[in-house]
Parts: sequence; structure tokens; C-alpha cells
Amino acid sequence: MTKTVTDVICPFCGTLCDDLEVVVSADNKELLEVYNACAIGAEKFLHSQAKDRLTRPRMRQEDGSWKEISYDEAIEYTAKILTDARKPLMYGWSSTNCEAQAVGSEIGELVGAVMDNTATVCHGTSLIAVQDIGIPSCTLGEVKNRADRILFWGCNPAHAHPRHMSRYSIFPRGFFTGKGHKGRKVIVIDPRPTDTANVADVHLQVEQGRDYELLNAFRVAFKGEQLPDVVAGIPKEKIYEAADLLKSGRFVIIFFGMGVTQSLGKNHNIDEAIAVTRDLNEYTKAAIMPMRGHYNVTGSGQVWGWLFGFPYAVDLSRGFARYNPGETTSNDLLRRDEVDAVFVLGSDPGAHFPFSSVKKIYNLPSVAIDPHETPTTEVCKVHVPVAFVGVEVGGCAYRMDNVPIETRKVVEPPEGMMTDEEFLRHVLARVKEIQGV
Amino acid sequence: MAEYLIKNGFVFDPVLGIKGDKADIAIKDGKIVETTALGSPKVIDAAGKTVMAGGVDIHAHVAGPKVNIGRNFRPEDKLFGYKARSGIERMQGGFSVPTTIRTGYNYARMGYTTVMEAAMPPLYARHTHEEMRDTPILDQGAYPVFGNNWFVLEYLKNHEIENAAAYIAWLLRATKGYAVKVVNPGGTEAWGWGLNCENVHDPVPYFDITPAQIVKGLIEANEHLGLPHSMHVHANNLGNPGNYTTTLDTFKLSEGIKPNSKFGRDQVMHHTHVQFHSYGGDSWVNVESKAKEIMDYVNSHENITIDMGQVTLDETTTMTADGPFEHHLTELNHLKWANADVELETGSGVVPYVYSPNIKVCAIQWAIGLELALFAKDPMRIFITTDHPNAGPFIRYPRVIKWLMSTEAREQQFDAFKHKDKVIEATNLAGIDRELNLYEIAQMTRAGPAKALGLAHMYGGLAPGLEADVAIYDFNPNEPYAPDDIETAFLNAEHLFKTGVQVVRDHNIASNGNKRTLWVNAKVDENPQVMRDVKEKFLRYYTVTLNNYEVTGHYLPNPYVIEVDATE
Amino acid sequence: MAIRVNLITGRTIQQGVSMEAGKEKPAYTAACGIIELDPADFKKLGAFRNTNVRVTSDHGSVIVKAVEATQGPHPGVAYIPMGPWANMVVNPNTYSTGMPTFKGTPVTVEVAKSEPVFSSLELVRKGCRGELA
Repeated sequence: MTKTVTDVICPFCGTLCDDLEVVVSADNKELLEVYNACAIGAEKFLHSQAKDRLTRPRMRQEDGSWKEISYDEAIEYTAKILTDARKPLMYGWSSTNCEAQAVGSEIGELVGAVMDNTATVCHGTSLIAVQDIGIPSCTLGEVKNRADRILFWGCNPAHAHPRHMSRYSIFPRGFFTGKGHKGRKVIVIDPRPTDTANVADVHLQVEQGRDYELLNAFRVAFKGEQLPDVVAGIPKEKIYEAADLLKSGRFVIIFFGMGVTQSLGKNHNIDEAIAVTRDLNEYTKAAIMPMRGHYNVTGSGQVWGWLFGFPYAVDLSRGFARYNPGETTSNDLLRRDEVDAVFVLGSDPGAHFPFSSVKKIYNLPSVAIDPHETPTTEVCKVHVPVAFVGVEVGGCAYRMDNVPIETRKVVEPPEGMMTDEEFLRHVLARVKEIQGV
Repeated sequence: MAEYLIKNGFVFDPVLGIKGDKADIAIKDGKIVETTALGSPKVIDAAGKTVMAGGVDIHAHVAGPKVNIGRNFRPEDKLFGYKARSGIERMQGGFSVPTTIRTGYNYARMGYTTVMEAAMPPLYARHTHEEMRDTPILDQGAYPVFGNNWFVLEYLKNHEIENAAAYIAWLLRATKGYAVKVVNPGGTEAWGWGLNCENVHDPVPYFDITPAQIVKGLIEANEHLGLPHSMHVHANNLGNPGNYTTTLDTFKLSEGIKPNSKFGRDQVMHHTHVQFHSYGGDSWVNVESKAKEIMDYVNSHENITIDMGQVTLDETTTMTADGPFEHHLTELNHLKWANADVELETGSGVVPYVYSPNIKVCAIQWAIGLELALFAKDPMRIFITTDHPNAGPFIRYPRVIKWLMSTEAREQQFDAFKHKDKVIEATNLAGIDRELNLYEIAQMTRAGPAKALGLAHMYGGLAPGLEADVAIYDFNPNEPYAPDDIETAFLNAEHLFKTGVQVVRDHNIASNGNKRTLWVNAKVDENPQVMRDVKEKFLRYYTVTLNNYEVTGHYLPNPYVIEVDATE
Repeated sequence: MAIRVNLITGRTIQQGVSMEAGKEKPAYTAACGIIELDPADFKKLGAFRNTNVRVTSDHGSVIVKAVEATQGPHPGVAYIPMGPWANMVVNPNTYSTGMPTFKGTPVTVEVAKSEPVFSSLELVRKGCRGELA
């Protein structure tokens, strides 16, 4: 017999859909089917059951092969490299729950680590911009119920947040938006005519890397002032049209992503995008929201915010928290050889950091906590597989609009497998023993 | 559990009526007991020291999403003041928006033991509880906000008090909340469209209900349920010259309504940070204090309590569910502005602010807050707060106490104002020579707030049976002292007991305590209509499912549930 | 003929799905070990679709399969889905912001028909050991 678990939260991206239905075997050991998820979420749930899944920690040997070790040995190795190091990097924290993030923070405090999360290669520049200029924002339900002008700038939800448009931003019929997408106008600004642009009313194909100028041009256009004939590859008529389209709405929402956070300008691009939103509030209601990538990178920023006062790149090595992106961020630290051990949990820098950083991890004492085999586990000395949060263990996660939702456990993890939180608690205890605390 | 005998201190306790006499306080099994009930206690020598119950803060923004926005978007708030981890103390940072660890420790250092989080957006309740869980030592609770909630707006438009009450009970349970909080009623829903409600008769767009109807309806629903605390309101028109009329209009909504509560409170309305709501004039040029008019009303109406919202003249961070006000503020001072509107429920804004002694208006605000307290006839009905961090950080409470207790300290502050003469012209404070005494301070920071919260059976006093929350300050009221000695002593309690555990010893944090989270479970008759409305709104308008909304138990590792039976 | 294009990287559905199935599997290589080129750039390159190419920047070099742009036209702009192949060539400079320049790296693309596209684990392993050409 089977049973269906409803209201399941998908642990993939910042959309954090919470309406999934998962069919499991009566003994809770097998996951049979997933409904309502996008292709990526479905794969995540179904992959958790893969037959070739690693279930025990392993350590790289001299000859390059892997040897299975016990959890105790993995805990010992982890505690040792963290306490031996003068400035270890504890990175990731985005594909895990807040409970694990909090325990990890305690460890970081004790060993004087630099705590960094995936915002460092994603929306870190947005966080910097918010620290410069603030951010007028809202929850996704405000978008669903009120927004009639949607602007996607430098993001492609059709590929990266697949159910975003149907759950929140374009198609739903909300309280004041009974006409659904027919009552909304959508603008996409992207150097490529993306699949998202295909469902938009307007696509401005901005010259790659020139978003700052176009953002600034919008601010000029709002005021009805003069523009050059072409800005960032867009003719000024199109800019005025788009600006008027936004001003004529009742509620404008700007969603933005890597197109502006990762291209040159970086945090200044986001400054300008937020300034556009601020300016729009003189004419109508406007809000802006970053399309957060991992399902709980936001949570990591929240937990560190209330424990340390900073959302990422938190250097605890002097016993108190310091924050300076460019100095305390992972890629800069690795490139300048300023960390002497690497601990990765809930992310894959091996695949998503520039290779010059990955090479540094290879040459350092390093451990990766991850259910998957990944380029990160490939370069670390120890790999500890753990249960999937949101599938095999519950725990709190924060959506891209900062709404906290409790993920569920729908199946049992493989026999004897630890969760992130359990593993971290053991490491914390061992670290305290070593330090004589 | 450990027994303690605090001997020979000068006790100030409005519950027992002790006004500075020497008395011994006995602690056993987490409670205050008769001294005769002790066997072999550890003795704390409090000779020459001031002894009071642990402080109770009725309104501070210390846990939740907008507080964290304040932390994350102000790295500069951490400059210079970060404290490294040492011993059992974890690292602590932040001046106007401290980290949760620092919040717990700094309140404890001031001898406070209970702190209520002033505003919890229900959709984000989990976040508030996570932060409270990570705030050591203090007992806490949080107030969900109701004044812009779509369910409330729809029920109260038709004066459906029972339905509103049933929804309130449901929401308190779902969010593990403590009381009915109302912020800028109707105005924050209007802000969903960039609009506002500027007085109590200004109707909410679409919902077509006035702030007056919202406030009055919520008072009635609150009394219908008989909740421990009264409706707790931040009225419309905050911060605007001339707004005192809106405040009086709001106060008047409580007339004729008697409290219905088995928890000992006498008020049906608590109005918070009244300083921000006591302005006359009609522009920043002629803004003046209306504290006298406000206090004339408060003094003659016993069913209201207020708290000060005292400006401390610091650089601080404003944060409130009054979203439109924060937008107004950023237009005024051009500092960074964060805003977070919450579907179906509320909104919030966060903007840094510098209250400079060189700015006439800031100095007037400073004077108004103190006038409210100094004009008060009944110190049990007016409480010391700074609406932390809006008017100033809570670590300034001892400074506020100093100003209230010493005309000399107030004169010193006046002398530091660039526009001293204009400030004196616009306010009453320079002409007030009343100095509060420690008994009155104890009323305003312990017994009064505890009673207003409906928690007089636990906190606020040193009578046997109450929680053993006891503070000992290195301050001798019978020896000559300089005004600054007051601030020094009350900023750094010598000893503090929380639920019978010594958490501060010799001015140092001695334990991370075992904090409790208080919430109210109100039982009402089954109400199928409200449950149908709830299901429908979740299905159609919310972006989380009903089953994922409720905050489950493990977010409150040490819950303290207050049961209320509101069934017919 | 070798061409110069502006490289950007980012997500695709196939990248997401294959990543969740396991980065060690062939589907991940098929999804991310590719470079999407506009037809105009293919013409200049003088190669058939699905030919292996060498992509080189000031920061490194990698072999990927050249495919036709799926969300084009975008002449002059090339797209490699985020992953270890893209990260062999992107500009690692953060310019003191902490953020490497994942979008907007000038690269040279030339035909490398007979050179293999490595799997993600192989690529990273060989790279760390200095075994890449």
C-alpha cells in the first residue's frame, strides 16, 4: 500500500513551492512518485532514491582511491582539521536547514572560521547593494494579489525558477488580479531572447554588461528628461515606452538575477535597480525582489544576521565577527591562500567556483558534507554523505521573499545515515573536547 | 533547586508596597518564597544596594524579519562595539540592532528578565520564534499584528465581533502569539497601494472600513476573549506635527468599555510610544509638545495604559509595521530604506535615523517623552520604553531613568542643545521640577507593565509565589549620588536572578539561562464560518498552504502556555 | 576559423535536472559541457553543430561541445551553462566585491574536433593534477 504526503515543500530553489504531493510506500522507506513539482524538483525527490547512492563517509587515499570510513572517523577528521587550522573556511550552508546552520555557526565561533554561503557567487552583490541603499520589497503573495507590471531583469525563471510564473508572478488569479496574466504586462530585459522573454509583452535585448546604463536611463525616462538615441543597445523610444508602461501600473514588481549580480557593475548594478524601484514609488507602488537560487541561502543569511549581524562572508577568526566582501569572501580568500582548511556543506563550489579557487581546495585539508558525488567531493579529502533536507529530514527554510517554511520529512533516510544537524552536533562536541571547553 | 537569601537590600516593590526599606528576599525552586521557607540558602549580601524585581519590557523590536533587515542592511551598526566570545558568553555585536545573543545579555545586564517582541507578522512567525529561541536568559512573547489583516478588516466592517474573536484565537494559536497588536490600523493595508490612512476616519481603500472601526472592533473582540493583555495600539499619523488629535481620537475609542479579564489588568487599551503621537503645531517649524493634553486624558481615564517611546538622542535604526511612515522618513532624511509588505496581513519599513541634539525637532521629541512620564498621576499606567530601537536603543533605559530622576541631568541635556531656547519655547519640560523616585521607577518598569500584560501573577514584584526574577543594583539611594551614578548602576546590575537561577554574578553573565516563550491559547466555541474563510483565503490568496502556516512546537523549546477559556 | 565571443554562464532546466540526478553522470556532461553559439557565430567558426571546440580565455581553457543557441538570436554572445566547464574559463576576478565575473568574459572559440569533453569529476580531477592540456 502507499500513502500520499501533501503540502510537501520542494528543497531546490528559492521559489520554495509548498504544494507538492509525494507518494511513498506504507513503510515510509520508498519514494514512489512526486506531483506538482517542476522537472528539477521532481528529479531531486526521485534521485534521492537512486540505487548507487553513497551511504557512508569515505576518505581519499594516497593512491587516489576512496576508502569507506565510519562516521566517527569522519567526525574526528573534521573536528581535527577545523581545530588545527588557524583560519578555516566553512562554506555552503545553502542546501540545508536552519537548524544545521545554527549548529554550524556555533562550531565556526569556536574554531574561528570564516563562514560564507552561496550568496558569495549569487546574490552577494545584491546584499552589498541593500547595505548601500536599502530595498523596497514585499512577499510573493503581494505580487500574486496586486502586481500588474512585472519586470524580469537579468533572470530567466523559465529555466531557473520554473514554477515562479505560475505560482506567483504572471499567471495566478489573486485578490485584486482576477484576470490573471491577462491583467498583467510583462517586461524582460536580457541580452538573449530567453524562454521567459517569449511569454513577455516586451523584451529589451540589452547589450551584455551594460545593464547599469540602461537602469540609469530608466530613471531619466521616468522624469521625462532627455536620453541619448541609444543606451546599452536599446533605442530611446523603447526605453520611454517601457518606463511609461511601468509608471502606468498599479503595482510594479522587479525580479532580478545573475544577469545583473554577476556581470560587471555587480553591486552597483543592483544599487541602480533598487534606485529605479525607489524612484518608481514616486509615481505608483513598486517593489523589487532578488531571485534567490538555493532553497535556503536566504535562511543562512537570516541565521547569521541574527547571530552575527552579517548575511554572508562572516570572518570569525579573531573571536568576533568581521565582514568585508572582497576580503572575507570565499573566492578572494582561496585565491590569496588565506585559509588553511576548507569545510563545505550544502553546496558545490567544486562545480560553481572559478577553477582557480577549486584548485586551492584540492591542496588543503578539506571535507565535503553532501549526499551527492560532486566536483567538490572529488577534490576534498573526506566526503560525508548525509540525508536530504526536505526529503529525509525536515527543518526550516526561508523562501526568496524571506518567508520561513518548515520542510517535511517524507521518507526515511538510508539505514544508518546521519542528517547534517546530527553530524554537526557530533563535530561540535568533539571540537569542544579538543579545545577543553 | 538552589536556595538564595538576598539580605539587607533597599527593596523597591510596588506589589508588596515596599518603598526602599531594608528587606530580605528569599528564592527557592524558581519562586520567591517567605524567608521562613528556606533551609540552607546561599546568602547574597545586598547591604547598601537596591533590590527590585526583574524588569519587564512591554514593547521592543528585538526578534523577527524587520529586526533582521535592520541587522543585515546596517553592517556599520557593528563597527567598534563588537565583543569577542569569552567564557560562557558567545560573541555579541550591534549597537542599535544588537544580535539576539547581545539582546539577551544586555537586557540581563540591566536587570531585565521579561521582554515582549512588539510586532510579529503572522506569515513570518517562525522567524520571530527562531530569534527568540536564540535570545538567551529572557522570558519572551510576541504580539502578532491584526490591524491590517484582511480577515479582521472584513469581519469588523460588519461588526462581526465573534468572528473576529474566533479568528484572533486561531491566529494566536497558529503563530504562538501573545496579544492583539495594531499598527497604523488600515494604513499599512493602504500602503499596499502606496497610500495611507491619516486619521481615524480615513477609510481603507477597497475594504472601506475606518481605522476607528478597526480599533474599536479589536478592543471589543479582545474583551470578548478576555485575553491577558489589552489591545495594544500604535495609532495612525505617527510622527506628524499636529497628530495629537488623532491620538486623542484613538484614545476615545476605548471609552465606556470595561476590561473583561481574569488576569488582573484594568485597561482595555495600551497605546505604545506615545511620544511620537503627542505633537502639536502643523509643520516642523512650529511643532510643539502636546504632552500635557495627552496626559490630561490619560490621567483621567483609568482604562488606558501607555508607554513612553523616549528619544535618547542617538544614531539608531527605525523599524515599524507602519510602512508608509518609513517611506515618509526616508524622503525626509534620505537614508537607506527597506520595505517589506506582507500578503493579507501587514507590512514594515526600516530606515536609519540620527536624533541629533543639534536639531530642534529631535530635542523637542526628547522633551515630550519625559513630559509624558513626569505629568503622569499614576506611574502604574505609564511605562518606560524607547520603542527600541526606534527612538533609541534599549541600553539607554538607565539614561532615561536618570533623566526622570534628576532635574540636574535634564538641565545638562538642555544645555547641550544647539537651539535650547526654541526647544524650551515649544515644550513644557524646562518648567517641570518633579523628580521620580525609585519606587515610581519600579512601577514604570516592573509592576506596571507586568500588570498591564496580565502577568502580575508571575512577574513585576517580589511577593511570595511570583517568579524568582530579582535584580540587585550597586546603588545606594540613601547616600549622595551624582545623576550619572544612576545610569551606571542600572546599566550593569550586580546580580540578577531569573526563575531562581543566578544569571548575572558580580556584574558578569553567569549563565545562558533557560528562557521561556509565552503564548496564549484561547479556547472559543467552534466557528465553522471562520474556518471556511480561513481555508478559502489560503487556497486562493496566500502563497503558502494552510497546513504549512502554523508554527509547530519545536520552535518554542521551552513554551509557557497561558490558557484562556472564552467559550460561551 | 577561431572566433572571439563574449561568454556568459547561467542556469538551464537541463542543467538543474541533470545536476539533481548526479553530476558524475553523462547527462550532466551533456547538459553543461556545451557552448551555445548563435548561428552567425557558427558560420564564422566554420564548424558543424555538435562539434567539440576549445574555449580559451585569459584565465584558462576547456573543451566543450558547440551547439546551436536555444534561446537566441544573440550574435557575439556565447552561453555555457553554469558548472565546472564554464568555470575553467570565466574571469575569477571579483574586483573587491567577492563576486567572480561569471558573466562577461571574452573568449576565443576554435574547433577541436578530436578532443574529448571530460565528465565533471574527471575535469576537476585532471585540472587539479595538472593533467589538462
